[in-house]
Amino acid sequence: MADTMHGGEEHTRRDFLYLAAAATGGVGAAVALWPFVSSMNPAADTLALASVEVDLAPIQPGQAIKVMWRGKPVFIRNRTEDEVKQAQAVGLAELIDPQTDADRVKAGKENWLVLVGVCTHLGCIPLGTNSGEAKGDFGGWFCPCHGSHYDGSGRIRKGPAPKNLQVPEYAFLTDTRVKIG
Amino acid sequence: MRRLRTLILAGVLGLTGAAGALAAGDAPVPPAQEWSHGGVNSPFSMFKTFDRASLQRGFQVYKEVCSACHSMDLLAYRNLEEIGFTEEEVKAIAAQYEIQDKTPNDQGELVTRPGIPADHFKNPFPNKQAAAAANNGKAPPDLSLIVKARSHHEDYIYALLTGYAEAPADHPVPEGTYYNKYFPGHAIAMAPPIYPDGITYGDGTKATVEQQAKDVTTFLAWAAEPHLESRRQTGIMVMLFLVVFAGLMYAAKRRVWADAH
Amino acid sequence: MAHAPTSSFKNPVVNWIDQRLPVFTMMQKEYGTFPTPRNFNYFWNFGALAMFVLATMIVSGVVLAMQYTAHTSLAFTSVERIMRDVNWGWMLRYIHANGASMFFIVVYIHILRGFLYGSYKKPRELLWILGVVIFLLMMATAFMGYVLPWGQMSFWGATVITNLFSAVPVVGESIVTLLWGGFSVDNPTLNRFFALHFLLPFVIFAVVFLHVAALHITGSNNPLGIEPKGPQDTLPFHPYYTTKDLFGLSLFLIFFAFFVFFAPNYLGHPDNYIPADPLVTPAHIVPEWYFLPFYGILRSITFNIGLPFSDVVLIDAKLGGVIAMFASILIWVLMPWLDRSPVKSYRFRPIYKWWVLMLVVSFAMLMYAGGKPAEQPYVLVGQVGTFLYFLFFLGLPVISSFERPLPLPASIAQPVLGGGRVGAVAAAKPMEKA
Repeated sequence: MADTMHGGEEHTRRDFLYLAAAATGGVGAAVALWPFVSSMNPAADTLALASVEVDLAPIQPGQAIKVMWRGKPVFIRNRTEDEVKQAQAVGLAELIDPQTDADRVKAGKENWLVLVGVCTHLGCIPLGTNSGEAKGDFGGWFCPCHGSHYDGSGRIRKGPAPKNLQVPEYAFLTDTRVKIG
Repeated sequence: MRRLRTLILAGVLGLTGAAGALAAGDAPVPPAQEWSHGGVNSPFSMFKTFDRASLQRGFQVYKEVCSACHSMDLLAYRNLEEIGFTEEEVKAIAAQYEIQDKTPNDQGELVTRPGIPADHFKNPFPNKQAAAAANNGKAPPDLSLIVKARSHHEDYIYALLTGYAEAPADHPVPEGTYYNKYFPGHAIAMAPPIYPDGITYGDGTKATVEQQAKDVTTFLAWAAEPHLESRRQTGIMVMLFLVVFAGLMYAAKRRVWADAH
Repeated sequence: MAHAPTSSFKNPVVNWIDQRLPVFTMMQKEYGTFPTPRNFNYFWNFGALAMFVLATMIVSGVVLAMQYTAHTSLAFTSVERIMRDVNWGWMLRYIHANGASMFFIVVYIHILRGFLYGSYKKPRELLWILGVVIFLLMMATAFMGYVLPWGQMSFWGATVITNLFSAVPVVGESIVTLLWGGFSVDNPTLNRFFALHFLLPFVIFAVVFLHVAALHITGSNNPLGIEPKGPQDTLPFHPYYTTKDLFGLSLFLIFFAFFVFFAPNYLGHPDNYIPADPLVTPAHIVPEWYFLPFYGILRSITFNIGLPFSDVVLIDAKLGGVIAMFASILIWVLMPWLDRSPVKSYRFRPIYKWWVLMLVVSFAMLMYAGGKPAEQPYVLVGQVGTFLYFLFFLGLPVISSFERPLPLPASIAQPVLGGGRVGAVAAAKPMEKA
């Protein structure tokens, strides 16, 4: 009787030992795998370029520029007063992706429109930044791939794109200098 | 069996010893110095870290003295945050340099602009040929990896910087070179780079030749192995884990084998 | 053939798969119940360790390849970008670089095990030859991998080793041009070395599979070198040798981790942290430590071999060195036939025991001489080492013919358990079931 008891205890202890060894090994292997996966995330040099600073001084009203940010173009347009007024006048009911112009610019800097220049449909680059390019039916941008029209606030008005042109995270460092990202 | 094990052990030790012995060269062996981080290649300095103040002083020596001729292409200004400079200080340091963009602008010109933290250290010469032409035909080596690229590592760099002397009568050196005790062949093209109080340290440390040599070597050691500290910290965790795991596996193996004998 | 095999696994999914593709039955047969001699010592851990290192090298190599650029102008900086900017890149690269050294340490011990215990002998000749093939592939892979960082040693090592082929009469120069894809080691060379360095490990993996398959046909050798005579001589692979291999692995990992985390450049050469420069040769070109013995043999042939009493040179020193170096490995293939002794294990072979020690000593001498400058007395050490090395193989038929082996035990179980304790194992058996 006593012998059986002893055998049972022995077994419990043994099972615990095997379990502990297996669990330790398993956890160790899983943790060791992490650096291999993590190495595929953006490296430090890539992250260092995750934000860019842009000097706005040379951009005249009515003009726009393209800058590269995180491998994608960013459109920066210095809108004329008329363009700002037009954009503000659009009623939300007319919009596919309703958003006011004020939500898409910084207060007090309404003339500056900063957009990620990637069509929200399938990732093409819309036309309309350089002078002479087709601006679409709404005076903003026009995506030649599948015919999406964006207005003077970068909002989708016509065509297959589901969303407005994305506004990146940005901040004014001075009156003529922005930091994107 | 025991003899066999001893033999294998001796073999393994012998070959690692052989690899170590390879490092020996012609010039005298530089004397070993005390390093706050124990040396980039020192295997038993698990708990040692870089002296931050010395690193920052060392950067000052590089910036004010070495960088006139020596590039450090592999370092970016942003890396300086790792040795204790703030983001703002790094921005200010980077902005002191005029960096030429790698890609042309819309007009096809390569414009220069103030540096940003993501830029790599500005090379004093536009290319290797220009560096060689300005230095009697031999380009000064890039210093990014110099501590790992020389036998005896930190000790050698320190010995070289402090090893200038009058050429002995029986060993004259050619025109345009300088006698150095620790340089292979003793005739080095680099003029003695550091002088007592040649620079003024921001933190008030007295700028002796030894102090400057020590600081700049520490800085160069960090530049060559910037992840030294995290490497050692990770290593300690890994070792602790492995010792526990080995203990558990030993116990488990003993249990399994208990009924086989 | 016509009948689907019947499986009896508890898990229905496992059962379903197994009836259609009996991978689980195979795993259980080859790694579960596989009868394994009960008397292995720790020498028998090194096969499993080699397999582990191969897997580690492939996994770390694949993630490094995602960051590496095989171009002469970018290779060095891309490696340094891995070391500085890529998340955990320094660790992955140090694992891979030191992993190569670990692979050779493990495999050298594994090979020594084969020499000591006669694992090359009938019926394991093909198993042994496949092992030699793996070793040759490893050497090629390691050599090409060392070129990739494009440091000074990478470049000059590649130049020296590829130039070996110029020793081949008549077509030598053409072979070298073909290897280079140009007129010197340059960008085309780097590119093809990268491609081959990526490919060859998978070839190694395939040959390892054959190596293990052949092992499981003949069964393992063991320290006594006598074949198991019945179930009392063997243990199921699992859990006995799985736990033992894992314990061995945990110790090996401590050794490996020490190098990766605390001495990652100890086995490397400082010159490889200088970018490759085709205009400046390092003062002293040495290969990685694991190639030193063979490099030592290469450099030991400093004399021409010609017709006696004439000036006719048959093999010049350069070709002689190359032939000797390749012969020093290829001669391993002949081991099963050079050794004529009917006994496998060195334990029962009074002369072979010392003979194999001579091989180890010559190997150590060559490793020492290979790492030293080509001057006296190192050249002499290398030459004596070369002589002893080849003496081991060429003298083996003679010594194994007249050697009188010691009496062999009746079975594996007998010496392990001792005469009187045979009953003890029978008593232990029911416990296993409980």
